[in-house]
Parts: sequence; C-alpha cells; structure tokens
Amino acid sequence: MMLSLAILALLSVAAPWVCRYAGPARGVVLAAFPLGIGAWFASKIPAAADGEGIVESVAWLPELGLELSFRLDGLSLLFALMVTLIGAGVLLYAGAYMKGHHQIGRFFCYLIGFMTSMLGLVLADNLILLFIFWELTSITSYLLIGFNHDKKESRAGALQALMVTGLGGLAMLAGLVVLAFAAGDLAGVAGGVWNMSELPEGLSGHAHYPWIVALVLAGCLTKSAQFPFHFWLPSAMAAPSPVSAYLHSSTMVKAGVYLIARLHPNLATGTAEGLWEGLLIGFGATTMFVGAYLATRQTLYKRLLAYSTVSSLGVMVMLIGMGHPDAAAAYILAHAMFKGCLFLVAGIVDHEAGEKDVAEIGRLFRAMPATALAAVLAGISMAGVPLAPLAGFVAKEKMIKAGLDAGPLTALLTALIIAAGSFTVFIAIMTGFKPFFGKASREPKKHAHEAPWPMLAAPVILAVLGIVYALVPALFATPVVTAAGEAIKGGPFEAALRLDAFYYYEISLALGLSLLATLIGVGIYFGRGLWVKATSPFAKLDGVVGPAKMYDYAMLGLTKGSWAQTRVLQNGSLQVYIKMTLVAILGMFAWAIWRTGFLPSVGTNFERTGLLEWVLIISIAVSAIVATRLGSRLATVAVLGVIGYAVAVVFALYGGPDAAMTQFAVETLIVVIFVLVVYHLPRFAVYSGLAVRVMDLLLAATFGGVMACLVLAAGSQELFAPISAYFNEAAMPETPDGQSAYGRNLVNIILVDFRSVDTLGELVVLGIAAIGVYTLMKLRDDQEGTPVAEREGDEDQSEEGDA
Amino acid sequence: MSLLLAVIIGMLFASALYMMMRRSFVKLTIGLILIGHSANLLIFTCAATRRDGSMERLPPGLIEEGQTRIEGEFADPLPFALILTAIVIAFAITAFTLVLVKRAYQEVGTDDLDNMRTTDR
Repeated sequence: MMLSLAILALLSVAAPWVCRYAGPARGVVLAAFPLGIGAWFASKIPAAADGEGIVESVAWLPELGLELSFRLDGLSLLFALMVTLIGAGVLLYAGAYMKGHHQIGRFFCYLIGFMTSMLGLVLADNLILLFIFWELTSITSYLLIGFNHDKKESRAGALQALMVTGLGGLAMLAGLVVLAFAAGDLAGVAGGVWNMSELPEGLSGHAHYPWIVALVLAGCLTKSAQFPFHFWLPSAMAAPSPVSAYLHSSTMVKAGVYLIARLHPNLATGTAEGLWEGLLIGFGATTMFVGAYLATRQTLYKRLLAYSTVSSLGVMVMLIGMGHPDAAAAYILAHAMFKGCLFLVAGIVDHEAGEKDVAEIGRLFRAMPATALAAVLAGISMAGVPLAPLAGFVAKEKMIKAGLDAGPLTALLTALIIAAGSFTVFIAIMTGFKPFFGKASREPKKHAHEAPWPMLAAPVILAVLGIVYALVPALFATPVVTAAGEAIKGGPFEAALRLDAFYYYEISLALGLSLLATLIGVGIYFGRGLWVKATSPFAKLDGVVGPAKMYDYAMLGLTKGSWAQTRVLQNGSLQVYIKMTLVAILGMFAWAIWRTGFLPSVGTNFERTGLLEWVLIISIAVSAIVATRLGSRLATVAVLGVIGYAVAVVFALYGGPDAAMTQFAVETLIVVIFVLVVYHLPRFAVYSGLAVRVMDLLLAATFGGVMACLVLAAGSQELFAPISAYFNEAAMPETPDGQSAYGRNLVNIILVDFRSVDTLGELVVLGIAAIGVYTLMKLRDDQEGTPVAEREGDEDQSEEGDA
Repeated sequence: MSLLLAVIIGMLFASALYMMMRRSFVKLTIGLILIGHSANLLIFTCAATRRDGSMERLPPGLIEEGQTRIEGEFADPLPFALILTAIVIAFAITAFTLVLVKRAYQEVGTDDLDNMRTTDR
C-alpha cells in the first residue's frame, strides 16, 4: 500500500517530463501506473473482505504514539478501486482532452498528486494521517479547479471550494482530536487512540460525543457538498472536464461520505433518533431533494451533472444514516460508474462539438455514435429506469426499499426519494438522451465528430460495467459491495447481498414507485418550459438569501472587517503602535492582578541613603524631566550625558566596574556623535496639540508608575537562588591542570565563556548597525565625508573595547 | 536606595515613552536613549535588591591574585554581564537611528513622522 502511494507520488513529480517526452502516448503511459495499482487492489478483494483487512505501519512520531499506519479493508478497497481504476481511465482521457494545452505537464502533476492524496486518504488508518491527506485533496482540488487561472470564474470557484472545504477540514481536525482523546478515555489509553481500527465501542456515551459528531460532520458535510454547503460544487465546474469527472463526481466529494462510513460503526447510536443518525438523515435527505431540484433549473451540461452529484451525495449520507450500509455501498459504486461516464461525455460534447448548453443541442447521435451509446446507457442507469438491467436500477430499488423501511419517517423519506428520483430521471434525460436524440434548435458550434479512442475508452467501459454490475454481479459488484457494506456496518450481513437485476423483477410497491418517478420525470422533460417558469420565484429567493449569497456576504464582511481592523491597528503611525502596545501591556497587568488577586509583597527595609546616592538620584530625576522639556538640542544632549554618567556611577558603586566603564565609554561616544550631527538635525518642533500631549503624558506616567512598582515587587522576589556562586567556582582551576574558565573577572568570563554566543550575537548587531550607518552615509556621497570616517572609527573602537 | 531607584526607573520610563510618542523624529531618538537607560537600571535594581528591600554596596566579582575564588559576599556578576551587552546594543541602535534621522531629514525635509507615513505604505 505504501509502495503504491510512493509510486504515484513519484509519478506526479515525473509527470511533466513524461508529458514532454512521451508525446501523444502520455495518457497511455501515465494511466498504466494507476491501472497496475488498481489491479493489485483488485487481487486483494478476498483478503480485504475478511474483516481485519491488510495493515501496514511504520513508526512516525513514536514519542507521541503516532504512526504511519495504513489499513485496507472492504470500505477502503471500494474507494481505492474507484480512485485507481477510474483514475486510470481519466488519465487516458485527459491525455487526449488536454492535447496542445501549454501547461499540460503541470495539469498531470496536479491530477496525479490528487490521486496520491485521495488514495492515501482512503487507506490511512491514523487520524492525523487521514487529516493530512484530506487537506492535500483540498489543496490539489484548488489547484485543479483554478487550472485555467486566466479565467475569473476559475479562480473564484477554486477559492470558494478551498474556503468551504478548508474551514470544514479545520473543524474536523478539532473533532478528530477530541475523538482520539475520548476514545483514549474509554479504552484507558493515555494520549488517545489515534488508529481508527482501534477505536473502542460506546463512544456515544462519552460526555464529548455531541462535540465529536458536530465537528467531524462539519468536515464531512462541507467536503461532500451537503446542503447548505453544496454551492461550491457547481462553482467547481470551472475545472477541465476530466477533473470534474474524477474529483467532483467520483472521488474527492465522496471523501466526506467515506469518513462518515468509516466512523459509522463507532459513532452510531443504533437508533434512528440518535444524534449521528438524525443529522445524517436530515442533511442527507435535504441535500438529496434540494440538489436534484436545483439541477432541474440548469441547462449547462456540467452544472446539471454537478447539482445531480450533490443530490447523489445526499443519498449516500442518508442511506448510511438510515442504517442501510449495503444500499449505500451499492449506490456509491453505481454512482461512480454512471456519473463518471456522463461527466466524461459532457467533456466530449464540449471538446468535439464545442457545446456546453444542453438546451440548444440535439441529434449528435449520427456524429458521435459511440459517445451516444455510452451516454444513453449511463443515463438509463442514472434514472434507474424500472426493469433495465443496469447498476442504477439495482441501487435505486435498494434505496426505495430502504425508504419504505424507515419506521416513523417512512412517509416523509419515501416522498422525498420519489421526488428526487423524478428530478433525477429528468436530469438523466437532459444529459444522457437530449444531446444525442433530442431536438436541436441550432447546429453545434463546431463540426461535431466522434472522439478519439483514448477519450472514448473510459466512458464506454464505465457504461458497459454498469450492465455487468447488474447482470453478472458475482464478477466484481457483489464481493466489493459486500466487503464495503460490512465494513460500514461493522459486522457481517445476515443474508447474502443480491445485486442481480432479475432479483428485483417482482410486482412490488418499490417497483411501482420507481415507475411513478420515471413517469413524472418524463413529464417534466416534456413540460420543462412550464416547469422553469413555475419554479422561478424560488430561484429568485435563492439568489437573495441562498447559501451561495450568504457565502458572498461572509467573504465581503471578512474583507471589510480586515480592512477596518488594519486601519485601526496597522495604520502606519509609530505613535499609535506605541500607544497600543502600552495600553495592551497595562491591560494585561490589570487582568493578571484581577485574575489572581495577587499583589506581590514589597520589602520595606529601605536603609538610610548616603549623600552620594542622593546626588545621583536627584540629578537623574531632574535630568529625566528636563530632557522632555528642553527646546535646545545641545542642552538636551548635555542632559542625556548627565543621566548616562550618573547611571554609570551607580553601577560602579554597586559592584559593577565593567558595566560602569562601558557605560562611560559609550556615553562619551554618543555625546560626541550627537554633537557632531546635532546641527545637521532639525530643530525641536512641537507638532502635537496640548490635548494629545497631556494624554501622552498621562499614559507615559501611568506606565512609569507601573514599572516602578514592578521593580520594587520583582526585587523582593527570589524565585531561584542566584547562580553567581557557580561562576565563582568555575572561574579559576583548583589544581593547575583543572578545567575552568581561567579568568579572574567574573563578568568577563560570563561574556566570553559562559554566554559567548550571546556576545557573538551582540557583535553581529554592532556589525549590522555599522554597515547600516556606512550605507546611509555613503548612499549619496555628495554630502560631507569627514563625519562618515569618524563615525566608522567610533564603531570600530566600541567593538574592540567590548571584546 | 531600591525605593529611590524604583522611582527613578519609573520616571525614566515615563519620560522615555513620552518622547517616543512625539511626532518629531529627533525626540524619538532621545526617547530611545532614555529607554535604554531605564532598562539597564531595571535589570540592575531587580538583581541587586534583597528580599527585604535593602540594597548594599558589595565588592565586584573579581578574584584576587593568587586565589581561586572570592571569599565572602560579592555583587552578582550576571546582571552586569547582561547590562554590558545591552549597553553596547543600545549604542549601536542609537548610532544607527541618529544617522537615519539625519539622512531622512535631508531627503524628506521634515522630521514630522506623520508626514513620513507615505513611505511606510
């Protein structure tokens, strides 16, 4: 399994070179790899079906209990087969479809990259690993939707898809973490249970169960385009047709369904009234109906299919929620065939006849018979026409039977299924029949002709497989669907699964309802003008308060909010930044004191202070006030010098001759530099009004007061014993050959031995400042040259003095 | 002494921040110099104050010739090492800012920060 992922990842990177050197054969070359991998998966059907599945695992972060664990069971197998085999068909198709595109190499790189992510998603057993692949599919989907990035709707659609699925994915990550820890609680494992195959029973009894369900479903429902998050899927149709067929019909949008199915045995409550089941049935049934209804108002080929895919995804979610895993698995497989086929047909019609709108075209049967045959088979399958021996019919019978067996919800769900079924019949006629046999209101834009064989292969095979599915189910349908269904159910089925069409050839209520839906669908087709007119008020409503509009409002609000916040916080004014910082720090102090109620004790043993100290203190205090008031630049420099020297004397008095010496030297240098440049500097000007100055003074004084209290408080605390005793010990060796720093000045040995990297950093800062000064002076050297030389000299001196 | 130093530090911070909030670029530079002094004094005072709030003049951390260690109390060398580093870096910043002010004034013709904002956008 890991090998297959590695092969695909390498293939993705190599795709541009393959495209360059393989020429027209690129589709065949590229498709061979997923086809081979798919064949390998197919050979594993018996092994995967026996419950345990195939497990591969490599330690990843063993400290955190995370491992790269992959597991192939029935459910993974169903999806892995769809990802690789439909993927192979789509690559073959895309090799011809994208012919001549100048960025074809990039396209295949993205497409195979997606294939890798999707395969990883369905094989991953570890929750974090699953999430990583999940987001990778979102990102590759973004790249593929926006592939034609010169078109505005491509970019908008790509961003919309990324925002909706990305936000859902983040919620899901939180949900998965809660899930892992809740599972750890139940299983008695500290640090959580991260492998899905090891999740314990009875999660629904955990206190965090509602959170797990809400957050995990937020990810699944957005990814699988459930109402009201469905709107991104039609927008994603800006992608090239192979992408729509592959990502937005067969695989990626089913990731949410996959995860729901995967977690169903663990999160289900077992009753239809449970939170998990209730949400699934509610969202699924609504999406099934709304998606199908919205599709009936479309005329663009791919948008019709997109909305109908939304509806199908709703069906899958609903069937899992209703507790019919067999019906869900049967439908997933059938849907991948007929919908994937129709999307590819839509691409052919666009590519070979230049038409995107099904309302206008018809009678393409003569020009493209093979395509028409595939489309009709897929259309009949999708419509689930009664007694037609196709996959769609079987899946639909199972679905209606599930609806008729829904306890108190029977009437409601059956009605919704039949209504959605009628709409689906209409969509099937519009997409599978109308373009080829229907009435054309005009000639196609291009001279229509049959597609080349690489483009025909996948749709025709998918359409024919639909017949094989229902006529010879034992060949592949029954084993795959049974294995997947049992994995969703979490145990073996009581009775063998029947997927052969003839089993459903009996006079029953289900068959009657299916027939009714078909008749209504045909009726809508013939009265479609009237239908569009009758439903337009709802469409207007959707345009004003619909989910897509809400998304637009939210995005607009986000942009405007960001601008407003930027104008306030990042307005480019230094004064505002300083004020913000000060207010924030003061606020944090106040909050900390309020929260802890802790005012630190302050030592009050203030001994008598000598005359020298008083002189120093008073001179600093006076200078600090005077420095802010003086109008003369030179006098201010002198006052600053006083402060600097006084501080140096304080250091000298209290046992810091080194710091004092440095301070003396630096202070002298600063005064010298200041005096040198002072007459090149502007005069002191008062720019702010009185009110601003008073406010600033108040803020500064408050902060100063807080700092004074902080100093007193901090000085009186001793959280740790000072480490100076260690420096004293380590300075000189006890014996002549002992290990030590070999220095008598403790400050010096700290600087050059114990904190030497710190000193190195300091020298780097000095160096950078020196370079900065030099550049600023040299940038335009028509100004005076002497100060430059002197200032450089100053920098050098200080570095030497320090070292 | 620690009480007096605390008051001084508060005053230095207040005047430094007041100067930094001025629109004049030169005054901002003076504020930077002042805040450097405040921070150095803060490190020193916090380290030198004892739990009861007293502060004593102690001999520096220097080992006598012929000895291998200091006997008796001595001033904690670590805060002075930190301050020494801080002084040098503050000096580098000051020198750079001064030249920047001079240069900006030459180029823009004003030292009103509010009039320089266009280059920040």
